[in-house]
Amino acid sequence: MIFARRLLGAWRVGAVPALSIVLALALAAVVIVLSSAFTTSGLDVLLPVRAYSSLLAGAFASETAIANTLVAAAPLVLGGLSVALAFKAGLFNIGVAGQFLAGAFAAAVTGASLAASPAPVAVAASLAAGGLAGGAVGFIPGYLKARTGAHEVVTTIMLNNAAALLLTWAVTDLVRAPGFTFPRTGDIGNALLPVIAGRNLHLGVVVALLAVPAIAFLLDRTTIGFEIRSVGANPVAARYAGMRPVLVTALTMTLSGVLGGLAGAIQMLGVIGFYAPGITASVGFDSIAVALVGRSDPVGVIFAALLFGAFRAGAPLMQIETSVPVEVIDIIQALVILLLAADVIVRRLFRIRRARGGLGEPATVTRSWSSPEVATVAAEPR
Amino acid sequence: MKSANDAGPPRAAPVLSMRGVTKRYATGTLANEAVDFEVRAGEIHALLGENGAGKSTLMHILYGLVAPDSGEIAIDGHPVTIADPADAIARGVGMVHQHFMLVPVLTVAENVVLGRELVGPAQVLDRAEAARRVRALSERLGFALAPEVRTEQLSVGQQQRVEILKSVYRGARILVLDEPTAVLTPQETREIFTVLRRLADEGAAIVFISHKLEEVLELADRITVIRRGKVVGEREPRETTADELAELMVGREVSLRVDRGRSRPAEVRLAVRGLRVAGDRGHEAVRSVDLDVRAGEIIGIAGVAGNGQEHLVECVVGLRAAASGTIHIDGRDVTKGSIRQRRDRGLAYVPADRQRAGLVLAFSVRDNLALTTYEDAPLAHGVGRLLRDRPVIDASARRLIERFDVRTSSPSVETGTLSGGNQQKVVVAREFRADLRLLVLDQPTRGLDVGSIEFIHRQVLAQRDAGTAILLVSAELDEILQLADRVAVMYRGSIVATLAAAEASRDRVGRLMATGAAA
Repeated sequence: MIFARRLLGAWRVGAVPALSIVLALALAAVVIVLSSAFTTSGLDVLLPVRAYSSLLAGAFASETAIANTLVAAAPLVLGGLSVALAFKAGLFNIGVAGQFLAGAFAAAVTGASLAASPAPVAVAASLAAGGLAGGAVGFIPGYLKARTGAHEVVTTIMLNNAAALLLTWAVTDLVRAPGFTFPRTGDIGNALLPVIAGRNLHLGVVVALLAVPAIAFLLDRTTIGFEIRSVGANPVAARYAGMRPVLVTALTMTLSGVLGGLAGAIQMLGVIGFYAPGITASVGFDSIAVALVGRSDPVGVIFAALLFGAFRAGAPLMQIETSVPVEVIDIIQALVILLLAADVIVRRLFRIRRARGGLGEPATVTRSWSSPEVATVAAEPR
Repeated sequence: MKSANDAGPPRAAPVLSMRGVTKRYATGTLANEAVDFEVRAGEIHALLGENGAGKSTLMHILYGLVAPDSGEIAIDGHPVTIADPADAIARGVGMVHQHFMLVPVLTVAENVVLGRELVGPAQVLDRAEAARRVRALSERLGFALAPEVRTEQLSVGQQQRVEILKSVYRGARILVLDEPTAVLTPQETREIFTVLRRLADEGAAIVFISHKLEEVLELADRITVIRRGKVVGEREPRETTADELAELMVGREVSLRVDRGRSRPAEVRLAVRGLRVAGDRGHEAVRSVDLDVRAGEIIGIAGVAGNGQEHLVECVVGLRAAASGTIHIDGRDVTKGSIRQRRDRGLAYVPADRQRAGLVLAFSVRDNLALTTYEDAPLAHGVGRLLRDRPVIDASARRLIERFDVRTSSPSVETGTLSGGNQQKVVVAREFRADLRLLVLDQPTRGLDVGSIEFIHRQVLAQRDAGTAILLVSAELDEILQLADRVAVMYRGSIVATLAAAEASRDRVGRLMATGAAA
């Protein structure tokens, strides 16, 4: 009985994300079929079936495939937690890309300078540097929002560009390693994350998994977490109760930035190895999808990250075997975000009633920028 | 020769009649059960009931916002189905909601014609014609509203008139007003009664939703009492009393007046000196206020809404900075102290708007009961009181729920699903804590039913008798006269008089509220 009720509760929360994914896959299948009309082989109705089965095989069919999925999922877990934590405080952190790059850069530079130090020291220091750098980038929009009311969506998007360009300059002119034909940082040597299983399953996966209970604990069991959730759900009531929404906002964005920075650090120390201009920060955008699909729940974030990790890990095989380009994954992901933000569509289609009191991430996403809550928080007397 | 039949005026056929209306919500709540309700032209028919009794559901069915499960609606004797509000408006039903549906930046005339804009050639808005028509209508109804004024500059009472104007402009013959007096001052209430009577005399059928017995007795031609979704009685004012109506509404005997007893004021707990507070638009909202509240007494602040009460309260609790002057709690200067610091000195605060400022509706009852004390031992422990002790939080919530009779199936229930009265009990249970020294109450019973009001009033008096200093602000003059040991009247930011309870007659206080002077 209790189990049945739990199951029902989980369905209430998970139904819309799950169905959104199904719907997104179906819509992407249409795109795949239509695009096949422009290839030499002509219109192929069964192409999506073959594409998706290759995708599945590439993600799960062998030990290596599974390891690839886990490795791709690890930064998404951290990035997803970053966005989810911000959602809990009523903030929309679109700045994971910038925080990710800052974290990756700081980890690369620290790793390169500690390349000859004992591995535990080099790894710990590089991870810490990545987290701190991400936190610093997260603090800026948090502070601006708290002090001036500047909307974090605008400031984080701008900071993404600012961070990418600033770091390109830094790697070109400040910390460029000698002996390479292009600007990049030096080898990270001992700061490389140790592989714990298979060919490439690195320690960063463990870091990401440990972050989940840590964030869940922060939110559920600590007074700071209570403040974050209160400010997110009703900033006016939180202020009346004696909390400081201004501080909570700045703190949450900083913590969110630390998680984004850690995502960059594990990707740098476990996969990329050195910082060079134009390294991909797709984790930033993917993290938003992960948080939305995971309903901002730390455990939900794991499932969502595994899903998107599987997409990323399986896509190359799909492209090789069926010539369906990996960019289809981006289409699927964008459709998932679209369907979750406009969840009314999914609810209408599948006749699902709105779960009571579920925290409204979409509400945070779509909240009017001049909402009275925002104004009230900004107008708090100094 | 007159026959007995035409002795009185002929009773008009009902303009609106609802028969056997039943509505069960998906949650299982039976909101309306076989409700019969009718209104005649020229009649003011009051729909009386506690919060959650089903008054609003019935009217939402009439207005096309809710579809009934069964039952019939007839307008002018013809059965109708009302699909949506546009349909309702087309059939002559108008509704004035409790929360006004006006666009603040538009003028009175623009708001009135909104959705039915007058256009000249080339689809250009004809503002002048709109203003002319609205002015004419406003004069016919005796409203004194200038069509070109922006609605955000109007008082609440005036905005309500714009709403009524809007309905009449759209040809409403059946006008429904959802608790229209909840937001009005006594004077405005009197004025709106005149307006409604005039509309009825012109032939409109008026449904007046309320849970205030006195007003219903004063205004209505007929009263239908609804309890738990069912009609439990229909009365005419001259054949009933407030006590009988209260009993019908609540289902048991209630005492409408709690016995205040004697107060034993002791030392000064709250001392306000020369306080000035700036308003949002730069004007001076509070002008040099001096005020003492002693332990064991209730000071009531009476005043027409918008005369600085809100700013005074917000400044005392720390939500708003003082421009000058001082605030002392127990002799200590807290003028620059944070909300938290003041709460730590034993201050508690029940804000006017429980849903916006008093509660996090998405949280459980348990978490809302800890919203202000979450950082205090024993609810939090460990380094820097960083860890929440969940068993203790739960036990404390269960104690408060029991003591304040919050009707909820468990502490885990989401607060937003509780009735208004129970939500307010959650706020009161949290704020009326054991180490309370100074209690600030802003509209503590706004929108509550008689049963909940009685309960909260008793709790307030118990706090006073336990030696708490209480500052009470209320738009309900009756509430202030009933509870306060001293009544301070605020007018344009100043306290113009402080009267002992014995001298604070309704007339005297009302005059001070309206003019700032005793004569």
